[in-house]
Amino acid sequence: MTNQQPEIQSNGPSKGGKGYFKAFRSYFSCVPMLGWLAGIIAAVLFERFLGDQISELLGLPKIPVLFGCMIMLKDFSLIPSALAFLVGVYFIPILLVGRALAPVFNGLAGMIYKISPMFSVVLHLALLYLALHLWADLSAYRLMTLKFTLVAVMLTLSLNVINGYMGEFSCSHPGFMALGAYAASVFTLVLFTNDRFFGEALLSPSMGVYFFPVAIILGGFAAALGALVIAIPSFRTRGDYLAIISLAFMFIVKSLIENLEVVGGPRGLGSQPNYASLPMVFGWTVLCIWVINNFVRSTLGKALNAVRDDESAADAMTVNTRRTKMVGFLFGAFWAGAAGGLFAHILRYVNPASFGLQRLAEILAMVYFGGLNSVHGSIVGAVSISLLGEALRPLELFKWIIIPLLLILVMIFRPTGLIAFKEFNVKQLVRPRN
Amino acid sequence: MPLLEIKDLSIRFGGLQAVKNYNLTMNPGDIRGLIGPNGAGKTTVFNMMTGILTPTEGQVLLNNWSIEGFQPYQIAARGIGRTFQNLCLWRHMTVLEHVKMACYSKITYGLFGAFFGGARRKREETQMTNKAMDLLALVKLDQFADQLVGNLPYGAQRRMEIARALATDPKILLLDEPTAGMNPEELDQIMEIIRLVHGEYKMAILLIEHRLKFVMELCERIQALVFGEVIAEGEPEEIRNHPQVIEAYLGKEIEY
Repeated sequence: MTNQQPEIQSNGPSKGGKGYFKAFRSYFSCVPMLGWLAGIIAAVLFERFLGDQISELLGLPKIPVLFGCMIMLKDFSLIPSALAFLVGVYFIPILLVGRALAPVFNGLAGMIYKISPMFSVVLHLALLYLALHLWADLSAYRLMTLKFTLVAVMLTLSLNVINGYMGEFSCSHPGFMALGAYAASVFTLVLFTNDRFFGEALLSPSMGVYFFPVAIILGGFAAALGALVIAIPSFRTRGDYLAIISLAFMFIVKSLIENLEVVGGPRGLGSQPNYASLPMVFGWTVLCIWVINNFVRSTLGKALNAVRDDESAADAMTVNTRRTKMVGFLFGAFWAGAAGGLFAHILRYVNPASFGLQRLAEILAMVYFGGLNSVHGSIVGAVSISLLGEALRPLELFKWIIIPLLLILVMIFRPTGLIAFKEFNVKQLVRPRN
Repeated sequence: MPLLEIKDLSIRFGGLQAVKNYNLTMNPGDIRGLIGPNGAGKTTVFNMMTGILTPTEGQVLLNNWSIEGFQPYQIAARGIGRTFQNLCLWRHMTVLEHVKMACYSKITYGLFGAFFGGARRKREETQMTNKAMDLLALVKLDQFADQLVGNLPYGAQRRMEIARALATDPKILLLDEPTAGMNPEELDQIMEIIRLVHGEYKMAILLIEHRLKFVMELCERIQALVFGEVIAEGEPEEIRNHPQVIEAYLGKEIEY
């Protein structure tokens, strides 16, 4: 970020909004990730201890749950006070702490980075978790939204492996998610829960939480198995075939579950145990990002890009294209299944209707909004679309006009998405900025 | 025992006999040329040798191993490396990544390493990077290693393709019109690189080329292919004076 300065000078006197934005960016470019995280924690703590008083002062009924969007859209007269809350409680503390203490945090970040980059990454993750935990602690709704957002990140990233990195168009993600959700649910319900579907728990329910990762992995493998069923016939060809076969697969899975009375049929499957706590979901999301990022940065994983950009060249350069495509597809499906397993245990209820076309549109929107072939993009896309979806909830039907409209705009101005074709280097991210 | 032996290679697309009874024997260190007018079937020969097309008759033996029934990537890993007539590049990848990708068959860290990292992967990736950088230095592209391949000028892309083909550790290198669309300066660079590869690695090279001067200067023996059949074979001097070649190939160029 240090090379921002000359860029501005070469542009001459800043013109209009873009220039101000650039000046703003360069002013804050010296703040390391550690500084931002500290700023966020400070803001969250500020809200936690003084939020009630401030919102009372501003005439708000209570602390705005999701950045004030709900309040603003419900009662237009409260827009100024909600904005004031947003600026006063979030923006100013974050920017102030970040900028004012930037030298301190730069030094600190440099010191930690010198000990071990890996340690620095872990520390940053711990701080991020702390910030999220403190933020979500204030209301159950926030916690729920946060968990679903994290699951959305997993889903988006896993679909990006197939649609972005591998360049195929797969429509079966809700199907994989359903397989994962049902497999994980059946596992926990049969073994650890006394419920009306499968009767007495086979094992002691107190052990259940330790076996929850097994349930998630099982869900992942169930989805990967489903992916194998698609991959065998459709990878003989390229292009539209996979899109069509995978769309068919999604509907097959949905109607299969609808007709399986054992798992509740169209009524769905409920009362999953409450194992998907925030640390669990956060941990799985981090694991998912880490493994996928590891994979796509290895030469073995980059073979996906080679196959996408020119398959015959990849073939001639000793790349086993069939195996590469297979691995990419099953890998993406695995993480979709794992995300499905988490989803089922967060909502503690699944029904086939939630794995339909609407879910597909949502995940696809996140992938294409955020950017193909990029971990950054997937995170940004998933977080922004799912938060936007929650924030615009008061608008009801209009939500489904605004989000697609936004997507169309992105497609016009940045056809590959906001942050496409960029490598995600965590160690670069946590480095001090000086 | 010859390095490469091609016996009576023929292919037929429906009613079109694209290549008929093509024969070639190459020993290690040989450098051969294959010339012929457009549509003569030169690239088709290459495609059969690399497993992209399956010949209707005949066989290709590499060190007495028949390529029949193997996938292109397996044949490439066994030692037939190639470049393409129209550049086949991966446009979202950097130059270094291109060359590293060609080391794919030597990766042993497997999916576990790809997913979770580890010492073995780190070691192998470093090895591959070093090898790729050496090859890029050979074609004088090491300073562009981190550039996206689309940012390179055309001649450099061609050289990158040679480095990429070399990274597969070929026993025989097939170059499909390495000088197509190049200016004289780039031509000299390519010539130098081919000489270097041939001299330093003692690699067998088979060259498809349109520029006769270039082929005549480089190759020890030349075959002329017209309408899928070899009409002449011999030393550059023989080919230059061969009446049928002049009629089929050079004659056209004078007319043009």
